Amino acid sequence: MISAAIRLIGHVTIVSVRELGRIGWFLIYSLYMIVRRPGSPLQILKQIRFIGAKSLFVIFLTAAFTGMVLGLQGFYTLTKFGSEGMLGSAVALSLIRELGPVLTALMVTGRAGSAITAEIGIMRITEQIDALETMALDPFKYLVTPKFIAAMLSLPLLCAIFDVVGIYGGWVVGVKLLGVNPGAYFYEMEKAVVWRDVYSGIVKSFSFGLIIAWIGCYKGYYAGHGAEGVSRATTESVVLTSVLILVWDYFLTSILL
Amino acid sequence: MIQLTNLHKAFGSQNVLNGLSLTVPDGQITAIIGPSGEGKSVLLKHIIGLMQPDSGQIEIDGESIIGIRRSEMNRIREKFGMLFQNAALFDSMNVFENVAFPLQEKTSLSRDEIRTRVLSALEDVGLKNVEQKFTDELSGGMKKRVGLARALLLNPKIILFDEPTTGLDPIIKRAIHQLISETHAKFGFTAVVVSHEIPDIFDIAQNVAMLFRGEILQFGTADEIMNSTHPVVKQFISGSLDGPIQMV
Repeated sequence: MISAAIRLIGHVTIVSVRELGRIGWFLIYSLYMIVRRPGSPLQILKQIRFIGAKSLFVIFLTAAFTGMVLGLQGFYTLTKFGSEGMLGSAVALSLIRELGPVLTALMVTGRAGSAITAEIGIMRITEQIDALETMALDPFKYLVTPKFIAAMLSLPLLCAIFDVVGIYGGWVVGVKLLGVNPGAYFYEMEKAVVWRDVYSGIVKSFSFGLIIAWIGCYKGYYAGHGAEGVSRATTESVVLTSVLILVWDYFLTSILL
Repeated sequence: MIQLTNLHKAFGSQNVLNGLSLTVPDGQITAIIGPSGEGKSVLLKHIIGLMQPDSGQIEIDGESIIGIRRSEMNRIREKFGMLFQNAALFDSMNVFENVAFPLQEKTSLSRDEIRTRVLSALEDVGLKNVEQKFTDELSGGMKKRVGLARALLLNPKIILFDEPTTGLDPIIKRAIHQLISETHAKFGFTAVVVSHEIPDIFDIAQNVAMLFRGEILQFGTADEIMNSTHPVVKQFISGSLDGPIQMV
């Protein structure tokens, strides 16, 4: 009984350490390949279109309603202290420093991260990745590095759009519906937001782009057998990416604050 | 020459290759036959370095491929072409792009030269006016032909065929076998064909190896294997239910 338990713990430890090693190696090799063979500009543009441009609608929608909710909640709270004029800065700082990068990353994870895993996973189970290898071509150059580059470029841009749309969402609710002074909304915002806040948002979304591409590609590349394997890989990819984004956000915030 | 020596490979507790040794002669078609699930496809993946054995030696033209660097493996893979069981065509590309892909990536040929060579390769495998079709618009037999055209395009020295006729009707099967035989005669490559097509495969293969329980049970010319008195080989070729091969 005891020996079986020890064996089980040993087995789980070995499997976990091996998985960690493999996932770490995947990231290092992907970054090495970005420097060495980044893939063709056309492939990178295609991926930017898929990860970035095609996410615009969902980012617009999410950003608008997030900004509107922040406008409502912010107004409710600030009224208690008679500081509703600070609404603009509250909405902008919340979005630029925190909600913009995180919500953009979570939306892109759901829309594009899952699709990246499914695409590469299907290529794995239908031996298309093996076919690339038998042609003496490195699959990373065609399947992985363009997605890394595209995600790292797209996320900061999407985040910037999220921030702007969100700020105007807050403006619609705060200024148009609740009667906050429009001059105060933007004036306080300009006063409160500094370059460091914008910089932290850019750094965050850049690193979230890396996480989305890393986990999405990794889970697809090592997808299990058949449709069930791809389905499991896709689910794991979305869950792991989302958790990693939130955990990494905490550490990055504590560094950049 | 492909030389496999004392290969062992296990997946968990299941031994798939169990001390397998085989020498594949140059410039000839060697068929590997054996019951399903005996590791024939696994063997092919070892030969081209997609899998590494737990122990044993694999040599391609005298060079070991065990534990070598990726760049070295890729240099050796330049000698190979492979036709996968389901053709493994890139489903985001049309037929032309699929066949042209290795040329675009590995040569500095002009667009026109690539076009000429792709159309010629497709014609070699009996396909015309399919260049713009996507893979899901092709029949099983057409996919295999496109896969063969792609495998032939860089004039490889060795081509591995993983069950090239599985799932095809008898006429298409015959046509694919004939195609392998004709292209072999034309280009002179070394071919390793994993197949279940008994007795058809004996018509095109010069050598046959019988894989059973992770080992090569018997290796010989097509005639020798066809007339083998070994009970396992005899039962497999005749398709009899009675004998040492037990249905699980």
